Amino acid sequence: MIGVHQLTKSFGKFKALDSISLQLSKGQTVCLLGPNGSGKTTLIKSILGLVIPEAGTITIDSQAVKKDWQYRSGIGYMPQIGRYPDNMTIEQVIDMIKELRPEHTVYDEELFHGFGLDKLKGKTMRSLSGGTRQKVSACLTFLFSPGVYILDEPTAGLDPVASELLKEKIGRERTAGKLILVTSHVLSDLEGIASHIVYLQDGKLVFYKSVEELQVATGELRLNKVIAQVMKEGLRA
Amino acid sequence: MLRTVIILLLLASFISDADSTTIRLNAGGSLQAMLDRTPAGDTILISKGFYKQNSIIVRKPITLIGEGFPVFDGAKKNEVIIVTANNVRLIGLHIQNTGRSSMVDMAGIKLQNVTNVLVKNCRILNTTYGVYLQNCNKCIVEGSTIKAYAKDELQSGNAVHAWKCNNLLIKGNMLSGHRDGIYFEFVTGSLIEKNVSFGNIRYGLHFMFSHNDTYKGNVFENNGAGVAVMYTKGVIMQNNTFYHNWGDAAYGILLKDISDSKIEHNKFDKNTVGIYMEGSSRIHVANNEFTNNGWAMRIQASCDGNVFERNNFVGSSFDVATNGTMMLNTFKDNYWDKYDGYDLDRDGIGDVPYYPVSIYSVITEKIPTAMILYRSFLTDMMDQVEKVMPSVTPDMLKDDSPRTKKWKL
Amino acid sequence: MKTIIKYVLLDLFRNKVIMVYTLILAILAISVLNLDDNASKGLLSLLNVTLLFVPIITILFSTIYFFNSIEFIELLLSQPIKRSKVVLAEYYGVALPLAAAYGIGIGVPLLLLAPSTAAVTLLITGILLTLIFSSLALLIFVKSKDKTKGIGVAIITVLFFTLLFDGMLLAFIYSFSDYPIDSAVVGIIAFNPVDLARVLMLLQLDVAVLMGYSGALFKKFLGSATGSVFSIACLLFWVVVPLLLSVRIFNKKDL
Repeated sequence: MIGVHQLTKSFGKFKALDSISLQLSKGQTVCLLGPNGSGKTTLIKSILGLVIPEAGTITIDSQAVKKDWQYRSGIGYMPQIGRYPDNMTIEQVIDMIKELRPEHTVYDEELFHGFGLDKLKGKTMRSLSGGTRQKVSACLTFLFSPGVYILDEPTAGLDPVASELLKEKIGRERTAGKLILVTSHVLSDLEGIASHIVYLQDGKLVFYKSVEELQVATGELRLNKVIAQVMKEGLRA
Repeated sequence: MLRTVIILLLLASFISDADSTTIRLNAGGSLQAMLDRTPAGDTILISKGFYKQNSIIVRKPITLIGEGFPVFDGAKKNEVIIVTANNVRLIGLHIQNTGRSSMVDMAGIKLQNVTNVLVKNCRILNTTYGVYLQNCNKCIVEGSTIKAYAKDELQSGNAVHAWKCNNLLIKGNMLSGHRDGIYFEFVTGSLIEKNVSFGNIRYGLHFMFSHNDTYKGNVFENNGAGVAVMYTKGVIMQNNTFYHNWGDAAYGILLKDISDSKIEHNKFDKNTVGIYMEGSSRIHVANNEFTNNGWAMRIQASCDGNVFERNNFVGSSFDVATNGTMMLNTFKDNYWDKYDGYDLDRDGIGDVPYYPVSIYSVITEKIPTAMILYRSFLTDMMDQVEKVMPSVTPDMLKDDSPRTKKWKL
Repeated sequence: MKTIIKYVLLDLFRNKVIMVYTLILAILAISVLNLDDNASKGLLSLLNVTLLFVPIITILFSTIYFFNSIEFIELLLSQPIKRSKVVLAEYYGVALPLAAAYGIGIGVPLLLLAPSTAAVTLLITGILLTLIFSSLALLIFVKSKDKTKGIGVAIITVLFFTLLFDGMLLAFIYSFSDYPIDSAVVGIIAFNPVDLARVLMLLQLDVAVLMGYSGALFKKFLGSATGSVFSIACLLFWVVVPLLLSVRIFNKKDL
């Protein structure tokens, strides 16, 4: 579904991505892992077209995405930090995004109601806490039921209830056959969600394996143990 | 109107000799023919009407009185009335449409080599020269309206033009639309009083080699270049108003090589330059009111011994500009609205001197192109800095006793 | 694009800074126009306000606003919208409220208290300066890596156009005063929108003769219809060129 081929990107002398190749397909929940500065966000942004790669190609449904911006209608993106114009209300933000995608008429407002945003919709973004803003971001991500989700640290800043709600939602979307690409530092949050792990370090792809494979290879069941084991064994598992 | 005519008639009958008579010229009759047969000293009363007559020559001392402004028309070809005799009086005539010529100065009324001629209450319209005085003595031009619609300097003349005259009185006239309102060349001992000279293409008053003249109580308004007084000594200019002589090269007064003169109690309002002074010495400039001028005064370094005192300077873009660093003139007791010094002893005199030349005006004087930066933040700032620590501006040009309150003038 | 502009406007018209800015301009305009008995003098004072405050406030506010919107812009870019549309919408969203603030703050009192051609010129000039400096702010935003640097560049830019440029011009005039440089100087001021605005405006007022007195060319060329068209065309260039550059750079920018 998403094909990344020989993707390279550097910022000045710093190589953020070093010829990364990946093939992600429907129904997968791919978890993007790696230390800070390993290129996770750059990879995500490249897929979204926020970062322009210097070499390599990205295809979505075997269509190259260069220059074409229409493909983004098939992606729901939840950024790490959601900041919105101060004086806009929640309702206005949501209305705006809806108006920007006039081809959609059916909206998935499960999270909007689930997070209780319907009760806050008249509030301005400036008056909201970081967590609430994150809820708005999540809500916008799932609004159009796209085929691909890209979630950058989705649970950061969310309270446990909301976090759980979001995870359930992700689970349901996966069952519906969507491709989900997610980064998180909180491995336990990915427990039971992730089907595959992509591990990046210094802009290089270290491995891309299914969770089952890793569990078998390491003999561990819990995701954080699996990862810890992998890292300890010198990442050559 | 009738009443004035009667009064004039009465006056005329008292003044004239006992044996003088008054005869009437009926409408349409030939004035020249009547002049030729009327004895000297008589009065001709001209009936109201249109007289298509011109080049009329008055060769004897005769009084001509118009009734209801009889019109004499030059048909745009000739001069209208030429006076060559002394003691002629022209009263209440309407003269119009002289010709234009590059050979002869075509005038509505021309006085040639005469003494004691009076031109009074006349209307002179659309003439090249209105009243032209040539080598005259003790002549009077009074209460007349002289109006033309000149388009350019070359093809037009002056409303009152005097050359090589003595003891003239030019009083209470309305002069407009000519090249110069009043033109004096080699005219001495004369008085120009209570005239209004406006809308002339070049100068409201143009004055050269005319010593010991006085002009007072005149209004010079909206003339192309204001008033020019040149190469003269002993001029007294009092109580005149110089208003809105506003243009690229317009002055309230332009003074060039003037000495031993007085400029007092005048008003200068909305002129590009209030007073421009070049090569002038020993002029007393006092009690004048300068308001809203571009430059209140431009004083070239070639001027010396002038005294500027008790004037008000209000609302000028630049108070004083000069082109050198030497300044041999005295400024004292003036009121400057830009003065921001203090007066601790409260005697009405500022305790620190005022420097009326701003640094920016020094720069533009040297390099006119710098005017493109007029009103920019940079130049405002330079002026502020210079005020605190003067370095470029001529430090001798200062008013040591600036008033903190406006003079009541 | 209209949708984004609409919502950015909705946001900014409730922005406190914009409201305070409008209010201060209005107070300045009303007090200046009431204080000076002479309308032309009032206009001159307002010209000074316009030439100094409009560039500073506009460029600082716009730069800060653009940098604060960076996450919002990312969000918009993750939607199926062209990049150029997003960035232009952001520009209009900022420039229009600022221009409106000027229009209301200065324009309304001006047209009510001292209506004249010069007043209309001042209004147009102020609005053009607003558009120009928000356009420059956008360019600074797309060129700079972080907010602090961006604000620094913005301050230097505005300082350059209000002060340094004129200083350099004066130095140039000083050093080449023996040559016929009048037409060169007219050409040079085309490179500074603030100077262009100032000259354009001065030529509408009667103080213009002071400029004509010293340099006939200024009056003759800039005072003519061709001159006004030239100045306005240059000012429009100053809006459009940084804007187009910004779009080009933004299209290749990594966020």
